[in-house]
Amino acid sequence: MAIMLGPMTAIRTTDLTKHYGKTTAVAGLSFDVEPGQVTGFLGPNGAGKSTTMRMILGLDHPSGGSALVDGTPYQELRHPLRKVGALLDAKAVHGGRSARNHLLAIAASNGIPAVRVEEVLEIVGLAAVARRRVGGFSLGMAQRLGIAAALLGDPEILIFDEPVNGLDPDGILWIRTLMRDLAAEGRTVFVSSHLMSEMAQTADHLIVIGKGRMIADTSVREFIGRSSQSYVRVRSPRLAEVAELVKVGELHADHLRVTGVSPLEIGTMTARAGLPLEELTYVKPSLEAAYMELTKDSLEYTS
Amino acid sequence: MIDVIRSEWIKMRSVRSTVWTLVGTVVLMLGFAALAGASNRSMAEGPVPGDAAVGGSLSGGLIAALTMAALGVLMISSEYRTEAIRVSLMAVPRRLTLLSAKIIVFTAVSLVVCLVASAGAIAVGLAIMQPPSVEAADVARSALGSALYLTACGLFGLGLGTLIRHTAGAIVSAIALMLVLPPLTTQLPGAWGATVSDYFTTNAGQLIVSNHANQSLGPWSGFAVYLAWVAVAMLAGAVLMRRRDA
Repeated sequence: MAIMLGPMTAIRTTDLTKHYGKTTAVAGLSFDVEPGQVTGFLGPNGAGKSTTMRMILGLDHPSGGSALVDGTPYQELRHPLRKVGALLDAKAVHGGRSARNHLLAIAASNGIPAVRVEEVLEIVGLAAVARRRVGGFSLGMAQRLGIAAALLGDPEILIFDEPVNGLDPDGILWIRTLMRDLAAEGRTVFVSSHLMSEMAQTADHLIVIGKGRMIADTSVREFIGRSSQSYVRVRSPRLAEVAELVKVGELHADHLRVTGVSPLEIGTMTARAGLPLEELTYVKPSLEAAYMELTKDSLEYTS
Repeated sequence: MIDVIRSEWIKMRSVRSTVWTLVGTVVLMLGFAALAGASNRSMAEGPVPGDAAVGGSLSGGLIAALTMAALGVLMISSEYRTEAIRVSLMAVPRRLTLLSAKIIVFTAVSLVVCLVASAGAIAVGLAIMQPPSVEAADVARSALGSALYLTACGLFGLGLGTLIRHTAGAIVSAIALMLVLPPLTTQLPGAWGATVSDYFTTNAGQLIVSNHANQSLGPWSGFAVYLAWVAVAMLAGAVLMRRRDA
């Protein structure tokens, strides 16, 4: 095969697919995650984010397609933790072990010296509780421990699954800053979230999925530019006539959506034509609203 | 591989359940030796013969087999219960390497602890029963046989834990296969039934402890048959571990 490969991307999935029986969790996802930036992996709960991450990390076997880390399947990395650090579920630790022993066991498996354990405990601020059993840790502390484990091998690639879930504002700010710093050092940071607002503040690039399918693969700037376009919502008992008058509107069942014309202009036009108005609203959608709009068709559970 | 073995050793020694299960095994072995010694001595008319004294000293092995099996189960099922198995497999994505390291660490720890427990039990038993004469070779062989048997029981547990992944399910299976079913197989009819019974798990495995033979197997061949049972559980577990999502 004469396929030209570009420079190695940090993470590359190609037509990645996962079925559980008749349910399709991930349906042919292809994307690249590049170094030196935070890539947000966004989608509603149940969209297939965690499954995708588990396949990248060699934990779940894809039903089809492939996931490569630095050009190699994860299972073939010799000391994987020196290349990839990941935090999937902070509570997935044996509660009876001390924080230090938990990290020592992980470090030993990849030939990472014990001094590095003390270093990462210091970095995440757990040095003082290193001898305590992790079963007694709060979620915030467990999260810090999980991040310590991810940083053990000083990896180029970091993968975090919903790292700010359940954290207090201090913890959220800490993780956000850490991710920004890691990316600024030239590392690849791939982080999932179901909150657009969270990603807007942290990520440079967005991969949005819903029901296991790709919805958008775009820079955050582009996404914001495209989706925060304002419009004017017009309602009238004689909506069809208003639509004809304004010309540039997009006619919906009970309202007209107009972009590029100010409310004053619309109001002036309809007043001159003697058309009554029920509503004339200038709408500037939030990023969250744009995201909801984008993913509304792919919600697994609709309330 | 050495790295992964070191990692598993740290994991094993850094949780209390391991330490308590091992201490429990030693206490059981010594306690039963004392009990059996006292009762043998009061029931026997005249001195207790040497080989009976050694055999009686190891009567705790019946229960210790289960504590070791439970320890074997926990060595992997505790990781599945907490999903820490994912952390382990991210560090060691080659699953059979991870399982092999667990087998090696468990075998080494178990052999040492069970040899100490068995030798200690024989010492306690002999001190109480005071047989007129004991063969030193007999004592050494029984202690070694008991340690091998108990370790094999633990590996049976590890295999079942890998296969079943749930602590309770794996321990119940271990009790059924090691304790409940073996005596029931003696009720099987005919020569065929007797052979099945002779080859059935601990019926075959215990021969190395008692140094007796049944109609089909001797001590070492019995132990080999028991190891085959362990290997079947372990291989089934290994195949599924490779194939299943973690």
